[in-house]
Amino acid sequence: MPDIGAQLWLLGPEIVLAVFAFGVILLDLVIKEKSVLAYLSIAAALFIMFTMFGRQGTAFGGMFLADGYGLFFNFIFLTSLCLSILVSLKYLPVERINFGEYYGLMLFATIGMMVMASAGDLIMVYLGLELMSLSVYVLAGFMRQSTRSNEAALKYFMLGAFASAFLLLGISFTYGLTGTTQISGVAQYIKDNGLAGNPVLAFTTILYVAAFGFKIAAVPFHMWAPDVYEGAPTPVTAFMSVGPKAAGFAVIGRVLTVALGPVSSEWTGLLIVLSILSMAVGNILAISQTNIKRMLAYSSIAHAGYALLGVIAGGPEGLASMMNYLLIYTFMNIGAFTVVTLLRTEGVKGEDLSDYEGLSKNHPLLSALMLLFMFSLTGIPPTAGFMGKFYLFVAAINAGYLWLTVIAVIMSAISAYFYLRVVMYMYMKEPGTVIPVQRSTAGRVALMFTGIAVLLIGVQPTGFIQMARSALAGFGI
Amino acid sequence: MNEILFGYLSFAILALSIAAITRKNPVHAVLLMIVMFFHLATMYLALGAEFLAAVQIMVYAGAIMVLFLFVVLVLNIREEEKGERFASGWPLGISLAAGLLILILIITDKVLTGRQGQFTQAVILQETHTKAIGKLLYTQYVFPFEVASLILLVAIVGAIVLAKKRLG
Amino acid sequence: MEQLGYLQQYVPVLVLMLVALGFGLGALLVGSLVRPKRPYAEKLMPYESGNPPVGEPRYRFSVKFYIIAMLFVIFDVEAVFLYPWAVTFDKLGLYAFVEMIIFIVILLVGYVYAWRKDAFTWD
Repeated sequence: MPDIGAQLWLLGPEIVLAVFAFGVILLDLVIKEKSVLAYLSIAAALFIMFTMFGRQGTAFGGMFLADGYGLFFNFIFLTSLCLSILVSLKYLPVERINFGEYYGLMLFATIGMMVMASAGDLIMVYLGLELMSLSVYVLAGFMRQSTRSNEAALKYFMLGAFASAFLLLGISFTYGLTGTTQISGVAQYIKDNGLAGNPVLAFTTILYVAAFGFKIAAVPFHMWAPDVYEGAPTPVTAFMSVGPKAAGFAVIGRVLTVALGPVSSEWTGLLIVLSILSMAVGNILAISQTNIKRMLAYSSIAHAGYALLGVIAGGPEGLASMMNYLLIYTFMNIGAFTVVTLLRTEGVKGEDLSDYEGLSKNHPLLSALMLLFMFSLTGIPPTAGFMGKFYLFVAAINAGYLWLTVIAVIMSAISAYFYLRVVMYMYMKEPGTVIPVQRSTAGRVALMFTGIAVLLIGVQPTGFIQMARSALAGFGI
Repeated sequence: MNEILFGYLSFAILALSIAAITRKNPVHAVLLMIVMFFHLATMYLALGAEFLAAVQIMVYAGAIMVLFLFVVLVLNIREEEKGERFASGWPLGISLAAGLLILILIITDKVLTGRQGQFTQAVILQETHTKAIGKLLYTQYVFPFEVASLILLVAIVGAIVLAKKRLG
Repeated sequence: MEQLGYLQQYVPVLVLMLVALGFGLGALLVGSLVRPKRPYAEKLMPYESGNPPVGEPRYRFSVKFYIIAMLFVIFDVEAVFLYPWAVTFDKLGLYAFVEMIIFIVILLVGYVYAWRKDAFTWD
């Protein structure tokens, strides 16, 4: 084995997070105050975020790739981990689920995502996906006394198992065809042996698109999303609407654009269908929702459709706009879910749209931030959401998909209806009963952080898109 | 001879699987599944994967089966027998499965085999399957192997979180 | 036909399974042929130490069994990984040893966790 120390250095972020995860699981056995575990997890994530950059190379015979692409996604995962934990701190005691395993499972899910984003081999894609999914299934069912939460976990598990089966079938066909599971090796073999146009390869492509479609909740593989998002504990919903989705996109970037890059014409068509359906179904069904978590679930389906534009456009520009959008989506979506979580207090669910009636009268700052997030999710300037969509649409137009961009713009216009309805409820309706808000300092920190990020990226958008572009150097597209 | 064996095994696996999912009594379904697992193990054996065959017996016919039986015993069998065997969406499920099957049938004669690695069937027969797996798993596939242990750890935590009565 | 020779090694296993199956079924068959059959209502009743039977014979088990079974599966899988390791250990040496130690320590974390969470006690 060549120089184990150097290989372990490349794996550093994952190893540190794993050690902290063991620490959290073991400390939970002796510690009464569970918030210590939360702060420990955040400390681990922050430590990794500040030390991980600059790693470059492959480890364990190409199983693990440390590159800018993986590190950029790691940044998204760790950000969403930190924010979701901050949001959870006061929420867990309200739901009577203040157990230390919660933080441990969050950390394991994040390790799974990081493995997925840095996978150099289809086996690693599968194992990372399973590690992430298993942890998130359990987190979705964490409210053990709630039937809704149990239903969410079970549904997510059943459909997730289907997706895994598709992925495994796809991997075994790929292995049969090419004799390798290494991502770069598959691309090389397809190129060298002229496999493009082989029907088996086309079928394999369908299997991959189906498997990853489940993970990013794209129509027609979205059936689980509304029920799972509604039933899961709200911070977990925030986490899984961002982390696993971004991980799904990270893997799409590796498997479709790299491994199956030589046959990109075969999957681009499929992704276009998925993207149009996701934008249409997500945005149109969101209109009729009265539960805000369900509404945000459909919105999340629609946003998967937008982000797919970047993959369809392809090339460094398309992928960079997709990565940039997922980062922006992390801030704005977790921000919106933070507001939803803060409305959950002892005896008040705070999930219904009517709970937002006249919220601005009693909680002006909270309402202002919710307004900001809703504007951003719609894509209204000068918020981050606008800039994210702007880069996506520019990439799509440059790649020759003007008509697809027109559809996306129309769908964004439709989405304004239900996002701005929340704003209308908050500012133009008279308050019914006074809805209390959690007194959570951590929640406020998360809110301030996401709010500032959404505004800052909206005004100063070039930083992250440049970061995404430079992360793609040496990605192999 | 090999063709006959393969034909019998694949037919038996399919028939037993269909029989298992159509039983109303879950205990019968589980028993049929055990028989199916043994056929599957024989199939692995016929392909020269003796380690996989042993794992199939140990883990599936042994451990997973116990898990299934315990889950069945947690159910109320009387109630289970009264209900419909399939959820209302089964026509959709069948048509999706049929579509998938047709696609697979269309592509089967287009399957090309990729390049062969160093472990050809002759090498494996000579070296024994278990050793071949050991040599690969603990050198080239170390990283997946260690990630697998994390998955098992999450399974332990998950099982206790979801099923333990008093967690605190 | 190298393959066939390989499969022939397993013929004794097949014979063993057939003999085991045949012995079980044969004993039942022979028993039913030679034993006298004079059934009446009391004889057909399940035997509960002479008392009339009470309640359903099939009752639902506690979900506690599930945790036990689940932990059994997990540690069974862990044991499976030890077989290929054991047969190749002499060739792979220290490197494989350290790998396996890491693997076991990770699962040991799970074991300690399960133990301290009283997963092995029957409360």
